[in-house]
Amino acid sequence: MTVAAGRDDGISGLLRSSARSLTERWVELTAAPLRGRVSRAELERELGELFEAFLAAVETGSRDVDDEAYAEVRALLSELSRRRARAGFTPTETATGVFSLKRAVFEVIEGDEGAGIAELVTVSQLLDALGLWTFEAYAKAREEVIDEQAAQLLELTTPVVKLWDGVLAVPLVGTLDSGRTQVVMEKLLESLVNTGAEHAIIDITGVLAVDTQVAQYLLKTATAARLMGAECTISGIRPHIAQTIVELGIEFGDITTKASLADALLHALRRSGVDVVRGRTGR
Amino acid sequence: MTAAAAIELPIGADEDIVRIRQLVRTRAQEAKLSLVDQTKVVTAASELARNTLTYGGGGRVVIDMPTNGRRVGIRARFIDEGPGIPDLDLALTEGWTSGKGMGLGLSGSRRLVDEFTLDTEVGRGTTVTIVKWSR
Amino acid sequence: MERIPILKIGDVLLVSIQIDLQDRDVLALQEDLSEQICDTGARGVVIDISAVDIVDSFIGRMFATIASTSRLFDATTVVVGMRPAVAITLVELGLTLGNVRTALNLEKGLAILRQIGGTRSDVLGRADDDQPVDR
Repeated sequence: MTVAAGRDDGISGLLRSSARSLTERWVELTAAPLRGRVSRAELERELGELFEAFLAAVETGSRDVDDEAYAEVRALLSELSRRRARAGFTPTETATGVFSLKRAVFEVIEGDEGAGIAELVTVSQLLDALGLWTFEAYAKAREEVIDEQAAQLLELTTPVVKLWDGVLAVPLVGTLDSGRTQVVMEKLLESLVNTGAEHAIIDITGVLAVDTQVAQYLLKTATAARLMGAECTISGIRPHIAQTIVELGIEFGDITTKASLADALLHALRRSGVDVVRGRTGR
Repeated sequence: MTAAAAIELPIGADEDIVRIRQLVRTRAQEAKLSLVDQTKVVTAASELARNTLTYGGGGRVVIDMPTNGRRVGIRARFIDEGPGIPDLDLALTEGWTSGKGMGLGLSGSRRLVDEFTLDTEVGRGTTVTIVKWSR
Repeated sequence: MERIPILKIGDVLLVSIQIDLQDRDVLALQEDLSEQICDTGARGVVIDISAVDIVDSFIGRMFATIASTSRLFDATTVVVGMRPAVAITLVELGLTLGNVRTALNLEKGLAILRQIGGTRSDVLGRADDDQPVDR
């Protein structure tokens, strides 16, 4: 992205002399495709700031956008792209913000007798590089949004429910990866502390497959619960998962496992000294 | 984002271990590690600092915050000029110990972090580097 | 160095750890406790670690040692209030606390000691107050 540095390539003079008309035209060109989703005043402020920083960078003589001289421009652009990404604008709409300055500059150059092809190429290359920078910042911001949503989803899909006084359960459904299992593990143990419940049940009836790592996490959760002074039972192990566990050679040791959630609950109740008897009317 | 500059602390006495734990905790929080990951890396640092003190005859630790794309991490290098480790495989064996502790120092800390490297030369010293990344 | 206070309530010794433990604090506490158990004839020891944010192998070993020592004086040790992050880290580190009893909080820890006391014929003689034990 480097363009040979030439202090007197006339670019800075060109930009400086027509600064006002350039920013105005730039705002106008950028505003059109955004169709009023960003107010004109806001655009003027954003782009005005950006233009000043760009001009200052160009005036240092540097023509490399990765250079220290462009740090301010890059920071402003990242901030702008990030705002656009979070507000739901498309990548095209976001990058147009940079490319429309190119068009504005071309229009000025066209009307300028003294300016030539060299300036055109330099400005073009600079702004292309900045446009790419915008893309990267945009993609990065989007990735952050996705990560946040994934984390939220994880929280939502792993509820810790109270089954009885002193008995908590986490019904797990779907595919377990190690990330999700870890979140469950922490949340369950945290709930034990907060509620003072001494029994936890991890029910994996709805889990389709278990790999070594996940099985190990389940085991670690149960062991950690025990270290904290609580008991953790794993229930609902399907036959094929049981086979996998045995084939993988994972030892559940003295961790209690039960075929169904009901069995696990009964076990927990007995351990806490609750007797379950069928009422006479139930017969 | 500029990462915090590397900080070097001496490991020469008991209280240095506590100081290292506190600095690692602060850095781990800055790297936005989850509470569990913070605890893991602080515990690993505590084990390794004690190793440096007990087996390496003291030394120093250098703590900094590397970046890898969007991820920030915490890195700690424990450096001593002690006798080195003659039998590395043995030292990394579960439960093996040549001194106080439960023999979990090296093998245990390795499981608590994302990256673990050990350089040792008999008579020259030992350097253990650990890295824990934000998720 | 400040010594960690040991409170005596009835026939139970209570230790609440509120500081970042140095290795020498750990050793001092071990000594103080065994002396106190011997002197007071206490039947139970409760160590509250709800304020402790890391337990490494050295501190972990202390719990096991205290439990074994107290057993020699026919006293039971219960460690209470271990934080989840600490528990997960200990599991990953590969540390087991041996025969140490644990409880979620102080109240439950004391309840365990009462239950054990209640089954012992020579203690207090108020076994009828205690809930049936299903263990």
